[in-house]
Amino acid sequence: MTVPAPVPESADSGSGPLVELDDVNKWFGDLHVLKDINMSIDRGEVVVVIGPSGSGKSTLCRAINRLEPIEKGVIRLDGQPLPAEGKELAKLRADVGMVFQQFNLFAHKTVLQNVTLGPVKVRKVKEAEAREHAERLLERVGVADQADKYPAQLSGGQQQRVAIARALAMRPKVMLFDEPTSALDPEMIKEVLDAMVDLAKEGMTMVVVSHEMGFARTAAHRVAFMADGRIVEESTPDEFFTNPKSERAKDFLGKIIKH
Amino acid sequence: MDEYLPELLARLADGFAVTLRMLGWSALIAGIVGTILAAMRVSPVPPLRAFGTSYVNIFRNTPLVVLFLLAVEGLPTVGVRISFEWFAIITLATYTASFVCEAIRSGINTVDVGQAEASRSIGMTFGQSLGIIVLPQAIRAVIPPLASVYIALAKNTAVAAAFGVVEATGQLSNLIRDFASFLWFSFFGIAAGYVIIVLVISGIAGMIERRLAVVR
Repeated sequence: MTVPAPVPESADSGSGPLVELDDVNKWFGDLHVLKDINMSIDRGEVVVVIGPSGSGKSTLCRAINRLEPIEKGVIRLDGQPLPAEGKELAKLRADVGMVFQQFNLFAHKTVLQNVTLGPVKVRKVKEAEAREHAERLLERVGVADQADKYPAQLSGGQQQRVAIARALAMRPKVMLFDEPTSALDPEMIKEVLDAMVDLAKEGMTMVVVSHEMGFARTAAHRVAFMADGRIVEESTPDEFFTNPKSERAKDFLGKIIKH
Repeated sequence: MDEYLPELLARLADGFAVTLRMLGWSALIAGIVGTILAAMRVSPVPPLRAFGTSYVNIFRNTPLVVLFLLAVEGLPTVGVRISFEWFAIITLATYTASFVCEAIRSGINTVDVGQAEASRSIGMTFGQSLGIIVLPQAIRAVIPPLASVYIALAKNTAVAAAFGVVEATGQLSNLIRDFASFLWFSFFGIAAGYVIIVLVISGIAGMIERRLAVVR
């Protein structure tokens, strides 16, 4: 096995859209949470999904690696429809990095183990090789000195940066961020966003559910505004934040800006 | 009077040897079967979940004596020829496995669902997620209820006496018959034996709990 180039971390190499959602619908019981979602995300594209709580944006993000199964429609990753539960699905998930609001680091494993576990157990990478890659990633997100600690001993911002490293260790084709800064104290938000901006600059394909307008303006190619389970508006960050078209978006932006 | 004491003690020891053998085997089998059942009950495969649930409903809700009767009378009719002691071990293990399953499942439920989601999101299979991420974190919460289950099992071995297995309680009946004047001695000897077994089980549980508390 050859040593992979240090950057970018993405293992993607194909052509055509990387993530495609066709008429995706999802219900929680009677609640229709995703309504006819159509979306196509290109390689290297950074899409920020924004919207009021309960609009379905987190569900959309979780549906892309099938943490939430959908009832209708098709989601394709690199041209392949998402498989149902089983080994195939596990294999696909390995190619999709996910960063959670609550970090979800493995509580009984050290920081380093959190990052090496996936490559070793899922990708069958050799321990030493996984370790070397993990140390490089931890260095990159600025938590290399915490490698031997347990997650509970780290601040929220540090934990979230480890979570980013854990996802990157799998050399994913696309990274999903489900409100990555919502559970963080204000002074820790920047360190996580900085890591995400770096990643975007390197050309990683990213879907980011977030209200961080600064991040959207700096790093996003496109903003998708969701309300009541639909994508109401899609445009460039500048266009969306300065000149929103729909009433829902104007109303929402008014609420998050004025205070 | 003292001339009988060595024999009496020897027979008490014999009885407890059988009790411990039954306890050991049935605890081992119940532990393995119970863990498999718990994995079934939290698996993403509906038929496996249904099997696990049915097993627990049937064997946890049937009186142990009824299961004993069923094993001793029923299994020979389908050609199972084993000793009464093994009938007892199988019955105890089958019954106890349902309680072990529920103890483990309650432990699994204490682990944040985000842990399983995170492990699945990096491509782990269900088995890896359960074995590497969820169960190791569930064990701490599992130990106290599991200790209770095994203590109950230790005492349930006494039911085998009614089906002709001469374990500790079976020996007690014999001793009362053969050494009538040692009634109280025999009784307290047997009682002390059970107390010691239970103390050992809870001692081991406490030790494991303390050891796990140090991690993380």
